[in-house]
Amino acid sequence: MELILLLAATDAEGNLGKPALGAATAAQALASALGGAKLVAGLFGARASQAAALLAGAGFEKALILESDALSQARYATDAAAGEALVKACGATLVVAPATSRIQRIIGGLAQRCGGKVDTHLTELTAEEGAPLATRWFYRQRMSGRLKRAQRPWFMTVEAGLYPPPAGSGSPAVEKVQAALPSTLTRVTGEKSPASGAQTIRPDADLLFVAGAGWCKKQADGRLHVPEAEKVILGFLEKTQSSLGGSKSVVDQSGEGTVLSFMSHLNQVGQTGSTPRHAKGLATCCHGEEPHTVGWRFVNERRAVNLNANCGWAQGKADVLYVADAFKVMERVNDLLGG
Amino acid sequence: MAFFHIVVCGGLVPDPLQTLEPVSGPAGWSLKNESLLPSILDPWAANALYEADALAKANPGSKVWLASAAPKVKLQQVLMALAQKAPFELLPVDAPAGGFTDAVECALALAGAVQSIEGLDRSRLLLFGGWESASRGAGATLSVLGEKLGLTEQFQGVDKLTVDGDGSLEILERVEGGKHQVSVLSSPPAVLGWATGGRAEPPNNPQIGMANMRALMPSLQKARAAKLPGDGLTLKSVSLPRQKRNTQVVKDMPVEQIAVEIVEWIKKKP
Ligand SMILES: Cc1cc2nc3c(=O)[nH]c(=O)nc-3n(C[C@H](O)[C@H](O)[C@H](O)COP(=O)(O)OP(=O)(O)OC[C@H]3O[C@@H](n4cnc5c(N)ncnc54)[C@H](O)[C@@H]3O)c2cc1C
Repeated sequence: MELILLLAATDAEGNLGKPALGAATAAQALASALGGAKLVAGLFGARASQAAALLAGAGFEKALILESDALSQARYATDAAAGEALVKACGATLVVAPATSRIQRIIGGLAQRCGGKVDTHLTELTAEEGAPLATRWFYRQRMSGRLKRAQRPWFMTVEAGLYPPPAGSGSPAVEKVQAALPSTLTRVTGEKSPASGAQTIRPDADLLFVAGAGWCKKQADGRLHVPEAEKVILGFLEKTQSSLGGSKSVVDQSGEGTVLSFMSHLNQVGQTGSTPRHAKGLATCCHGEEPHTVGWRFVNERRAVNLNANCGWAQGKADVLYVADAFKVMERVNDLLGG
Repeated sequence: MAFFHIVVCGGLVPDPLQTLEPVSGPAGWSLKNESLLPSILDPWAANALYEADALAKANPGSKVWLASAAPKVKLQQVLMALAQKAPFELLPVDAPAGGFTDAVECALALAGAVQSIEGLDRSRLLLFGGWESASRGAGATLSVLGEKLGLTEQFQGVDKLTVDGDGSLEILERVEGGKHQVSVLSSPPAVLGWATGGRAEPPNNPQIGMANMRALMPSLQKARAAKLPGDGLTLKSVSLPRQKRNTQVVKDMPVEQIAVEIVEWIKKKP
């Protein structure tokens, strides 16, 4: 019988974030698809004990807890050692973890340390003929594949936003695990927001608003209108609390310090940018080329505003393309949104 | 100023403007016409190479290697352009480069190449690469490789590296919510998986190209081969998502009406 370990880190308050709770449900789904498997949680952090209660109802037999002040910082050396101790404490054959930055930093090395194999960014965990079957994307969301592995332990990270948090009662029993965490040359000193200070990336927003390079190009009057563009875009973000994405062209320009002051590489969507999950997306002044639109794989409803009726969005990439001047349209949209 | 020995790991991926289609054959899944698709150095790994070049230039006595597991013929094509960007020594591994290969197998093949470097100063080693490839996109290869080499200071999604006066390194890694985590590493060795970084693609420099190619071609000839058989891995199916939507192209609608439609659409609960 497989032994599934949910591996997750707790945050500074000792809580589990949404991605970890989603991974808990994914682990539970895998156990039931396998027709029965042992389910154990392995939680690590500076204050991890109380988090076991958040897993109530997900069918975990017990929660192994590894607590240490050294785990208040997200660092490879200490996190990987914690992961190793938890995996070895229960003899897991399958390790399911959320695809957060903290876990992604260690998961490959941890698999290697435990003599296992690793697959990341999984979108579904189920079973076929009594064996686990995982789904993931290849080639930056261009194709989706389903895979099985014979080796154990098999380390898997699950994408956020696909599984709901567990619901139910009956917290798992808590069991403390001790481990000597290694010394490390790394000290985490804090977090930094992009230079502009404006927090424009909102992963939980319903709407993704993408600004393309057109906002910074000469318009019909032969002139640049960058300050107006900034005002319209920031006004819209403020009113809708949507998340701001950019095309590669627009963020590369921003690096040169000439345009859209609040746009950084972190906003880039696409092949060499992010692939965010939002219910809706509105693209403006963006051509909709394939290396950009692969980043829209998980944006359900899509609309675009572009002066060019033959842009990429018209080629089956958006539900609606408005052939119009985005400056005028978005100014009016802001008026209508009021406030 | 202290020097660095920087090994950049980077695979080859199809040019992102190409259409990709999965096909299944006797050897498993691959891309249709995979051997004919034009390749580029994986974009995030290319950023790592440009960062390595800048770091090496700023710290005299440093050296850059490029370790790449990919079919030899493809490496040769890509090198023609790449050799003009920055000086480096090549550590080629003649292996499949596709997205369906296994991250651990790939990392272990690269480990052999890194371990074969003569005169590598481990205490000054920075193992660079892209944080995720544009093919497998696992974000695991570098981490496995680092672990295999005994490197337990690892960073992923790196956008910035600053060498401070005392020789320590300040590193900015991407974390959730569009933020960076800031860490200080007192000294190498370390693994850094780069995201975008902060360097533009260097212009082609034919002189660097000429100097590079003299050494690159002989090393390419000596590439060690690795199979990456995907032991124990079964890809059951690979398919393309439904790509096309029936786009409604709205022309000649007054701005006012478009704005009203967009606002209604935004307000509608998803
Ligand atoms: C290796 C590689 C990786 C890449 N990765 C990415 C990636 O991750 N993300 C990405 O985005 N791109 C990526 N690209 C680049 C991509 O191919 C395109 O070049 C880029 O997306 C173009 O950005 P854009 O549409 O904003 O700019 P442009 O192509 O310059 O388009 C500007 C658009 O604005 C419109 N416009 C101008 N003024 C107005 C107005 N007033 N109202 C309405 N519309 C207007 C124009 O009609 C035009 O369609 C990559 C390319 C390569 C080679």
